[in-house]
Amino acid sequence: MSGHLIDLYGWSGALASFVLWLLSLPFELLNWIALQTGAQKPGPLVGFIDWLAGPDLTALVALIVAITIVLLWATAFHLLIIMWIERKMYSRLQDRRGIMIGLGSVEILRNTIGRIPILGAPFRRPSHLGTGFLQTVADGVKLFQKEVITPEKADKWMFHTAPVIIAASTLLLFVAIPWSDGFWLMGSIENGRPVNPLGILFILAAFSIAPLGILIAGWASNNKYTLIGGMRAAAQLMSYEIPMLLCIIALVVFAGTLDPFELVRKQTAPFSLGPVQISFLPNWYVFNPFLWIAFVVVFVTVIAEAERIPFDIPEAEAELVEGWTTEYSGMRFGIVFGFKWLRALAGAALISILFLGGWSGPVFATFMVPNMAAAGQMYPVPILPQEFWFTLRIYLIFVVFVWIGWSVPRVRIDQILNIGWKRLVPLSLLSILLAALARGAWWS
Amino acid sequence: MAEMWINMGPQHPMTHGLWNLRIKVDGETIVDAEPEIGYLHRGYEKIMEVREFQKNVVLTDRLCYVSSITWSHCYCLACEELMDIEAPPRGQYLRVITNELQRIASHLMWLAAYGPDLGLLTALLWALRERELFLDLLQLITGARMNQNFPRIGGVRNDMPSDFGKYCRKIIAHFRKKLEEHEALFEQSKIFQMRTIGVGKISRQEAVDFGVTGPNLRATGANLDLRKLDPYDAYPDLNFEPIVAYEGDSYARYKVRMEEMKLSCDLIEQALDRIPDGPYRVKPPRRAEGEAFRRTEDSRGEALFYVIGDGDDRPYRVKIRSPVFSNIFAAPIMMRGNKLADVVAIMGSIDVCVGEMDK
Amino acid sequence: MAVEGETLARLKERFGEETFRETGIVRDRLVKIAIDRKDLFAVCKFLKEELNVEHLTCVTAVDWRDRFESVYHLTSWSRNFMVQINAQIPHDDPHIDSLVPLWNGASVHEREAYDLMGIVYDGHPKLERILLPKDYGFHPLRKEFPQEVDRQYVSRRKIGGGG
Repeated sequence: MSGHLIDLYGWSGALASFVLWLLSLPFELLNWIALQTGAQKPGPLVGFIDWLAGPDLTALVALIVAITIVLLWATAFHLLIIMWIERKMYSRLQDRRGIMIGLGSVEILRNTIGRIPILGAPFRRPSHLGTGFLQTVADGVKLFQKEVITPEKADKWMFHTAPVIIAASTLLLFVAIPWSDGFWLMGSIENGRPVNPLGILFILAAFSIAPLGILIAGWASNNKYTLIGGMRAAAQLMSYEIPMLLCIIALVVFAGTLDPFELVRKQTAPFSLGPVQISFLPNWYVFNPFLWIAFVVVFVTVIAEAERIPFDIPEAEAELVEGWTTEYSGMRFGIVFGFKWLRALAGAALISILFLGGWSGPVFATFMVPNMAAAGQMYPVPILPQEFWFTLRIYLIFVVFVWIGWSVPRVRIDQILNIGWKRLVPLSLLSILLAALARGAWWS
Repeated sequence: MAEMWINMGPQHPMTHGLWNLRIKVDGETIVDAEPEIGYLHRGYEKIMEVREFQKNVVLTDRLCYVSSITWSHCYCLACEELMDIEAPPRGQYLRVITNELQRIASHLMWLAAYGPDLGLLTALLWALRERELFLDLLQLITGARMNQNFPRIGGVRNDMPSDFGKYCRKIIAHFRKKLEEHEALFEQSKIFQMRTIGVGKISRQEAVDFGVTGPNLRATGANLDLRKLDPYDAYPDLNFEPIVAYEGDSYARYKVRMEEMKLSCDLIEQALDRIPDGPYRVKPPRRAEGEAFRRTEDSRGEALFYVIGDGDDRPYRVKIRSPVFSNIFAAPIMMRGNKLADVVAIMGSIDVCVGEMDK
Repeated sequence: MAVEGETLARLKERFGEETFRETGIVRDRLVKIAIDRKDLFAVCKFLKEELNVEHLTCVTAVDWRDRFESVYHLTSWSRNFMVQINAQIPHDDPHIDSLVPLWNGASVHEREAYDLMGIVYDGHPKLERILLPKDYGFHPLRKEFPQEVDRQYVSRRKIGGGG
């Protein structure tokens, strides 16, 4: 049973064919005029119109639309929300209220919608009692207004390239991360089910590009602080990428697939491990005693991957001012800083897919939704669709990131190397061993 | 690998003020360090020569912006020594109470700054939340939160309100509970222990040689507290034992300050129990001749005022001995061989206050 | 005999009465001696090595218009007493021995005294300005350095002729 609300390719295909149909209307009109004025049948523009509204161009435009939707969904929607979650969350940890600018702070809204007797109540609140959501928007606007400064002695090409590398590699992650059975960009449909055989591998590869950009940025800024920050990023990369990959190998050994859809499908069933069957527990790999160590290691390394406290040493603001981002200003700083949150989001999505059952969730009731890809067909969607469960899971994992990040100090560079090489690598080797044992046990 | 000099400062999150620490690093390892100070030099000693004795209290208040009462107190003690007068008992007890309140507020400010140094911003907000209570108490007794202008030559400016003791005990009881939360946040965290234990070690011999005083010296195992060794005001009447730790590293310095806050709570309660009735201030003479000095246990170490009078109503020469001024130049000893990230863990534990250091 | 008297006695025994311009016990556990600059290092070495004076609290330079004085406050932590040494320096030749070989902590205080008062501490390993800029041309704590106003404000009693 499909439980997704968003059918990305169906929606974008429908949107693309609608837009192309609209574009082709003037040519249809011209064609009609030409026919009325005595042109031969078929009309002179028929070939062009067929090309314009035909399946090839529609598929291409649909792909572009789908990519745009996914990237906007990640950057414009989730980025703002998780920034808001983080700021509100750590404010509560610090016993304060945090950002409070809300709709009531916007003068024009307060004076127009706010005057409506009942509906306008949220807009009438004083500016210090809002939800704070507009603060992230205001910060973005502020960053856009700031001047983008390039240091005189910087290696300009590299300096300008580094944010592009970081941003592009982060967006690559979201290309490969599926949000539900229908909301995915990378993959194909086989036997009516989405598959993406090397999806996890692609995500891991895209994850490890960003430190390269950090190293380039640190070197190109021509500043001692950024240089040290960049070098730290490179050293740190070695120590956490390897245990992370080893642990995912353990998972792959156990599950036998690198396909995110397949992993989630395997985790949707009730818990079963050889002879043990527990009906009320889902078959998430986090509940699997053979993969528990791998889960812990992956969780720790994802925090390091996202450069969050306690592992944010490339930009340790206490000793390195802002580390490798020191020389960036304006929206370029906004990009390198904001995309750090996106990597945390992608890491949370990865954890969710690998260990926490992805987008599977309980189904309370369903309703029927028309299928955009195939006219006339309907498919059932739960009241709370898969996208909701996946987003909820990601946000909860992110809240745990925030919780950890704002209650422990930062570790030192040699200590993270120690943790990586002396603790996490043996643990991940152990988890490979456990996974292999479970795989080779008598029940499988 | 090539060595390079890095300027940490004058504007740097580590400095907590305005000074410059030049460090020479080999990769991530610190080879050498050299503090450069003077960015906040305001010529206090010169200004004080043209102001009358009593009016200099306003200046000494501003020596350190987080611990102003202790500095004015030290100056008043030195002037009293010079003029050969003594504050009445109630005034002495009031001085002890405000001194210890100020010490807690100052140590909390240090704790608040030490958290972000190690990447723990939550500690800043928590410590400032507690500090607010003590600033409220100081406001209740002196009327101001930052530059209280409270001690006077010959006593204190005003008596305390009648219900001060009630509020004070209440807040101290509350603070003792909250301090456990702070300890849970800091020393029960494995990462905090990793960052501070064994970092920035200095031996007792070296510390004494470099003139390190205060909590930094007591963290090396020296049981040296001027409140006990060279007692002033009402301190001889109070029962307490100086706090000592033995390791000489950042963790020991942290531990000494945390325990000192508890000790200050005890001292305030004892002082509130024993405070006598009577006048709180005597009138000092306007003019003084001769030389005198007094030293007190400031929240950062040994503070000393050396005042010379030439028979005028202004001091002829005032010398301020700031503990931070000496402590900070012992920092290179603590730093050599440590990692770059340890600079913050060490400098934060020394507790720098640039106002008193640069005079 | 208390520690102050013992200190004085041993100093006099070692250096003789004539070395000291002035000796005295100011208060409990505080000895004051005034010496000439040529005896400073020897006296301090004796204090440190024989009398357990471990800590140099501070070095003050005073401008008495006709002479300079370098005032040392020394503390013995282990025996808990203080010594104040006033060493006289002629005004036209402001040189005195540095105490850095004895106490490393003396370094910053001597640099400060050099910076603000212009007294040269011979033998100091790095006698540079510490608080003022490196290219500053004056020693502002000297009495001839003009203060902006002589008296920052005049009290009411002064105006009324009372003071």
